[in-house]
Amino acid sequence: MATSAATAPAPPARARAGRRAGTRGLTGLGVGVVTLWLSVIVLLPLAALTAKAFDGGVDEFWTAVSSRQAVSALKFTIGVSVIVAVVNAVAGVAIAWTLVRDDFRGRRLVNAVIDLPFALPTIVAGITLLALWGPRSPIGVNLAFTQVSVAMALLFVTLPFGVRAVQPVLIELDTEMEEAAASLGASGPRVFRSIVLPNLMPAILSGAALAFARAVGEFGSIVLISGNKPFDTQVSSVFIFKQIESDNPVGAAAVSVVLLLVSLLMLVALRVIESWGSRHDHR
Amino acid sequence: MTTASPVGRLSVRVLALGYLALLLLVPIGVVLYRTFEPGLGEVWDSITTPAAVSAFWLTIELAAIAVPLNTIFGIVAALVLVRSRVRGKWLLQAFIDLPFAISPVVIGLALFLLYGRQGWLGPTLTDAGIQIIFSVPGMVLATIFVCLPFVVREVAPVLREIGDEQEQAAATLGASRWQTFRRITLPAIRWGVAYGVVLSTARAIGEFGAVSVVSGKISGETVTLPLLVENRYSNFDLSGAYAASALLAVIALATLLAMTLLQRKGDPR
Repeated sequence: MATSAATAPAPPARARAGRRAGTRGLTGLGVGVVTLWLSVIVLLPLAALTAKAFDGGVDEFWTAVSSRQAVSALKFTIGVSVIVAVVNAVAGVAIAWTLVRDDFRGRRLVNAVIDLPFALPTIVAGITLLALWGPRSPIGVNLAFTQVSVAMALLFVTLPFGVRAVQPVLIELDTEMEEAAASLGASGPRVFRSIVLPNLMPAILSGAALAFARAVGEFGSIVLISGNKPFDTQVSSVFIFKQIESDNPVGAAAVSVVLLLVSLLMLVALRVIESWGSRHDHR
Repeated sequence: MTTASPVGRLSVRVLALGYLALLLLVPIGVVLYRTFEPGLGEVWDSITTPAAVSAFWLTIELAAIAVPLNTIFGIVAALVLVRSRVRGKWLLQAFIDLPFAISPVVIGLALFLLYGRQGWLGPTLTDAGIQIIFSVPGMVLATIFVCLPFVVREVAPVLREIGDEQEQAAATLGASRWQTFRRITLPAIRWGVAYGVVLSTARAIGEFGAVSVVSGKISGETVTLPLLVENRYSNFDLSGAYAASALLAVIALATLLAMTLLQRKGDPR
C-alpha cells in the first residue's frame, strides 16, 4: 500500500540520528505502553499455558505429548499442512499469473474475490464447503469426514496467502528479460522456469510459509468438516479442543506447547526468507 | 505484453479459474441457494429469534471493544517499531506477529489457564467476584489477542515509506509532538490505519476458535454469531445455520468491498 508516492525517498541515516535526542521521552512512553499491552494480552497467557504444560514435570509433559492419539493428530496436521502449502503455492502462482499477465472479462471481480477467505468467518468457510462437498452435495460427491476434506478446508482459508504474496512481485517484474529470452529462442515454459520462477521464489516461499503456519493452527473451518475421527481426520487443534472439553487441561496445554514451538519456528523461517528476499531486491 | 503462447496462457487461465470455482465460488453459490431456498421470510425469522439477535449484538460488542483498543495499540506500536531506535525491536516485532501464527484454540486455552478456575489469577479473581472465563470479558480478551497484529502490520510499512522529513520540518517550525502527529503523521498513515481496522473488524466478527474455548456457550449471553452457526449446525438445524452464515457473509462482503475500495485509495495505480 503506497500511500504517498509523491513524498521524497526515506531520509539518510544522518537525518534520523539527528532527531534521536528529541524523541527520547515519547519513545520511552511508547515502548512502555506497547510492552505492557503485549505482556498482559499475549505473554502472560502464554506463560500460564507453558507453566500448565509442565505442571506435572517433564515426564508428564512427555507422556501427554507422546500419547498415540496426540502423535497421530500432530503427524496428520503437519503432513496435511505441508501438502496444503505446496498446492497453495502452485495455485497461487497460477492465479497471480492469470490476474497480472492475462486479460479477460471479470478479471477485477476475480481479483476482489481472492480476499474472500480472509473476510469470511472460518466457521462459515467450513459450512460453505460442506454445502458442495458434504452429505447433501448437489453433485453427489461426499467428501465430509475424510482427510481430503480437511485439506480442502485448509486450501480454502489459505488461498489469499499464495496469490497475494506473488502478485505484487509479478506486477513489478519487468518483462524485458522474458522478451529477450524469448527472442533468443527460449520456449514459454523455459522462460518461466529460468527467468520468472527465480524472481518469484522468495515471494512463493514466504506465501507458502504463511499458509503452512495458518494451516497448522486452523480450527474453525475444520471442526465441522473433519468429523474429528481419531487416528484419521483429527488435527491437533481439534484434539486440543477435545482435551479441554474432557477436562484434561494438562494434556491440552502440552500439545499446545508443541504447536506453539512450530509457530515460533515458522516465524523464524519467515524472517529468514524475508531477509533472503530483500537481499535479492536491488532497488 | 507477455511471452506465453496463447495455448499456454489459456490453459493456465482455465486451471486458475477452475481451482477458484471449485474451491470458492461454486460452494458459496450452493450455500446461498440453500439459504434462500425456503424463502426470504424464513431466513428473516431465523435471524431475528431472540438467540440470534443477542448473538448479533454480542458479536458487534466484541468488535466494538477490541478494534478501537487494537487500533490505538497498533499505531503506537508501529511508531515504536519504525521511528524509535530501541534495542530488541526485532523481539517486539516477533511478539506482535505471534498471534498470527498461534492456533486460535491455543489462544483460548492460554486465557483459560490464566483467568480460569484453576488458572494463575483464577482464585484471586473469583474472590473479588470477577468472572472472566465463560463470560464476556474473556471473549473480549480473546478477540483482542487474535486481532492484535493487523493495524501494526498495515501501518508500519506506510510509516517506513513516508520517512520522517516532514515530521522533522514540523518539529523545527515549533510544532509540539501531538501537533506533528495529528497534522503530519496521522493524515499520511490514514489509509493504512483504515485498512488495518477493516481487517481487524472482519477477524473480530468472524473469530471462532479462541472465543469458543472461553465462551462457555450460554445461550443468549455468551454466544456470538459464529458460535450460533456451529451450534445450529451441530443440532441439525441446517437452514438456521445457513441463515446465520448468510448474515455473517453479508458482513464479510461489506468488509471485502471496504478492502477493495481502500486498496484503490491507498494505491495510486
